[in-house]
Amino acid sequence: MIAIVDYGMGNLHSVKKAFDFIGAESEIVTEPAAIDAAEKIVLPGVGAFADAIDTLQKKQLVNPLKQAIEDGRYFLGICLGLQMLFDISYEDGQFPGLGVIPGQVVRFDLSDLPDHAELKIPHMGWNALNIKGDIPIYQGIENGSYVYFVHSYYVTPTDNAVIATTTTHGCEFVSSIARNNLFATQFHPEKSQRIGLQILKNFANL
Amino acid sequence: MLAKRIIPCLDVDKGRVVKGVKFFDHVDAGSVSECAVRYEQQGADELVFYDITASHEERELTLNILREASERVFMPLTVGGGIRTIEDVRLMLNNGADKVSINSAAVLDESLIKQSALRFGSQCIVLAIDANRVKKNGKEFWEVFVNGGRKATGIEVMRWVRKGRDDGAGEIVLNVMNADGTKAGYDLEMTSAVSEEVNIPVVASGGAGTLEDMYDVLTKGKADAALAASVFHFGKYTIEQAKRYLRDKGVNVRLDNQEKNLTSVN
Repeated sequence: MIAIVDYGMGNLHSVKKAFDFIGAESEIVTEPAAIDAAEKIVLPGVGAFADAIDTLQKKQLVNPLKQAIEDGRYFLGICLGLQMLFDISYEDGQFPGLGVIPGQVVRFDLSDLPDHAELKIPHMGWNALNIKGDIPIYQGIENGSYVYFVHSYYVTPTDNAVIATTTTHGCEFVSSIARNNLFATQFHPEKSQRIGLQILKNFANL
Repeated sequence: MLAKRIIPCLDVDKGRVVKGVKFFDHVDAGSVSECAVRYEQQGADELVFYDITASHEERELTLNILREASERVFMPLTVGGGIRTIEDVRLMLNNGADKVSINSAAVLDESLIKQSALRFGSQCIVLAIDANRVKKNGKEFWEVFVNGGRKATGIEVMRWVRKGRDDGAGEIVLNVMNADGTKAGYDLEMTSAVSEEVNIPVVASGGAGTLEDMYDVLTKGKADAALAASVFHFGKYTIEQAKRYLRDKGVNVRLDNQEKNLTSVN
């Protein structure tokens, strides 16, 4: 059973519908105990970083999430669910994250680029994945496949070994990470048609 | 590199697609979710539902089809038309919309975009603008219109675009009415001016009659996406044909192998 963590920040119904469509059993959970009991965990989320972390804390979900990752249970973060794993975010200030992955969350700064007028923020739309090596959730996914993004901030991990994919928007940025049983994507697999559903299916099949 | 998006728009009334979608064999062309599935198979990058339902009582039908579509297609869904309050925005988001497009209500309540963006995030708030070229004191004036283009507001387009960005809209849809429905092409000058004015994505709407029109607005018009209705609905072109044409002319578009459709996920 895949537990989709509901902490009041956005797109979790889309994630649930995508798992339903591919025939993977999942449920939306809100309680710490449900995370403790889950075999696989999905942490979705859109919106503001500080609000999201704040809500996780208020709902006492931080420790269960960290414990699940420490236990080596399968974990998939999506969008904010990726960013929150990091040490610190500079979205509208400076806010500590969960500190599971060393590194930072920073805003696209395209002002120095010669073609910056052509580049928009949010980075919104379909962009290509440059897949680094043999990553379980990208099994059967062709390098260069397009997935759907919508974000203004991106992650900069300290350890390059966690980089699973990169994508180019002005600069080459980290569009997903993988470390042991922990996976997290900046893009939205639940909104990425065939490619995204395959990624979710790969995760469900782990 | 970020691909230019091609976005079909479905006009929805009382839960059904209107303005004739007649390009599908053996499917109920009025069924929103059937149309959504076919467009997904053709490689649409997003879908826009434009709700022309007049009464609030019938709004439930729109929510139903939105829920149904979001169970069957897996791409961003935008809903526009009749969004008046922050509660309307919330309802649409909770029923499967990824983005909500606000047009006239942004003029009636100048705080609506800001409030909505603060509450739900910029990523889901779209400022839709109906613009027209008019003459004022012998000079050309780019004016914002509301109520389906029937009512002039006196607001200048560029000012409105900047305010939208400052208030936290994540995207702008620019529908230039002189061009709308006439199939004489998008308004390239106004679209590129808007796109250069703000660094948020700009979707061009209104006026696509040919594939060349789309090419022009994505290149000379500097739009990030092209929204079109009739050119796709009437079967003149499929989305895949449009994208192949654009790719051949050097535009970066997403062309997935549609033979491997959703059923091939294994």
